[in-house]
Amino acid sequence: MPPLAGSMQVLRIIAISLRLSVLVELEYRANFFTQILQSILTLLVSLGGLYIVFTHTETLGGWLPAELVALVGIFTLMGGVIRVVIQPGMQQFMEDVRRGTLDFKLTKPADAQLLVSVQRFQIWQGIDIVIGLIILGVAAVQLGGVVGGWQALGFVIALLSGVAIVYSFWMILACISFWAVKVENILVIFQAMYQAGRWPITIYPLWLRSILTFLVPIAFAVTVPATAFVGRLDWPTLLGAIALAIVLLLAARLIWLVGIRQYSGASA
Amino acid sequence: MTSLPKARSRTISRLSMSPLVLAQVYRAFFQISFAIQLQYRASMIIWLLGIILRPVIYLVVWSTVARSTGGSVGGFTPEDFAAYYIIFMVVDHLTFTWIMWEYDYRIRMGDFSVMLLRPIHPVHGDIADNIAYKLLTLVILLPVVALLIWLFTPVFQMEWWAVLTFIPALGLSFLGRFLLGWTLAMLAFWTTRIAALNESFFVLELFFAGRLAPLAIMPVFLQSAANLLPFKWLVAFPVELLQGLLTPREALFGLGMQLFWLGIILVMMRLIWQAGIRRYAAFGG
Repeated sequence: MPPLAGSMQVLRIIAISLRLSVLVELEYRANFFTQILQSILTLLVSLGGLYIVFTHTETLGGWLPAELVALVGIFTLMGGVIRVVIQPGMQQFMEDVRRGTLDFKLTKPADAQLLVSVQRFQIWQGIDIVIGLIILGVAAVQLGGVVGGWQALGFVIALLSGVAIVYSFWMILACISFWAVKVENILVIFQAMYQAGRWPITIYPLWLRSILTFLVPIAFAVTVPATAFVGRLDWPTLLGAIALAIVLLLAARLIWLVGIRQYSGASA
Repeated sequence: MTSLPKARSRTISRLSMSPLVLAQVYRAFFQISFAIQLQYRASMIIWLLGIILRPVIYLVVWSTVARSTGGSVGGFTPEDFAAYYIIFMVVDHLTFTWIMWEYDYRIRMGDFSVMLLRPIHPVHGDIADNIAYKLLTLVILLPVVALLIWLFTPVFQMEWWAVLTFIPALGLSFLGRFLLGWTLAMLAFWTTRIAALNESFFVLELFFAGRLAPLAIMPVFLQSAANLLPFKWLVAFPVELLQGLLTPREALFGLGMQLFWLGIILVMMRLIWQAGIRRYAAFGG
């Protein structure tokens, strides 16, 4: 398949899946209000924490209040991205492996990893994405200053790398379900750890920072894009994030391919 | 679904039983709970991870603040924060409950009907289950406490009278928090959107139980609000007591407040239980 037609097909599959999800979720409109309440609560925890901290100090680990507001924005935004598409897709994927219903995805004439990854959008959770963007806007105004083109580009790249890293991380963990049946719990660990991303990971002691950087990639999901947003990101970190994103995407692909072979072997 | 005969639903709504029978019943419940929970070791450890990680996050945040403002915040040094949050973690672990996350499922799936048919109030089974979990997980929690003490070098200033008072305070906290959580769980009789309620409850706890920060360093208006709510007395009070932040007079007052709230919670629980069970029976009949 020529690359252009290939990427068109990818976009078309995503669009179809999104449309189907919207149709499904519109049946559950009350969820919209539940989700708004939950988003507000999460925001209250984040901003309330900042408020109390900054009644006592001017900076936290070198971060000014407005900079930490930007961090909260990215924490909320990234959490939204995870809950809108990554988490529901991966949970469904693991469930499918357990019940053998993954067969239906494998028989479709498109890349199965793509189908699995974008199979469900929980659109109401998208409120967090909107709130995250609004907070980022507020933070940008508070920070003032002129944002250069390079800085904006660096931020977008850091953010996209963060999304790619988090996606690959979930994908790799979800693929474990090809070999071990009960792994949903591992993903709950991610959610617990993600809470640590509300604060810049640079404040944590070395052992915890290492866990949050290499074991569970919270650092790349939240702190690195936030550092880029406030204009403090250095090139080595950005290049490191890009390299890690590429390596993890390839690793996820490889593990998926090995796993899928194992899966068809088992069900035949 | 079965409908309950009227007389029967009246007997089981009674909380009181002869202590001897109750002790035997609890023994049986413990055995069941141990057996069940050992089957769910992974989930057990995951809940525990949250319990450990949350205080560590705030401990680090406040230690960082203390260091950046010349060594202490409102009289708390990093070592004091370490002591506070390590004690907080243990108290929180021993007194927390997850029952409000379960009831919704029980009622929807009909498990609850079976529990109602037993000639004993269902709260007893839940209490036994909670205690069994706590005892099992203590095996993991204690090494973690040792590790955190080694990593964060807390300074403990415990006095003997405070340690003695801490024991009943902890017991009252357990009962108060458990029964409050159980009352909250009963709201599942009326709504299926219990998750949003639970999360609101958790946010209240975050601010008013001393989880986000020791109450002493919170803004004054939040401190005043905390005095009027149960969370301070059920969580922060035993922590502050054991850390040696309270005078004997404050300790006595705190115990009084715990009893006061326990009374209110018991009344609330009774009212909501009776109204709820009537509603549930109406569904079944």
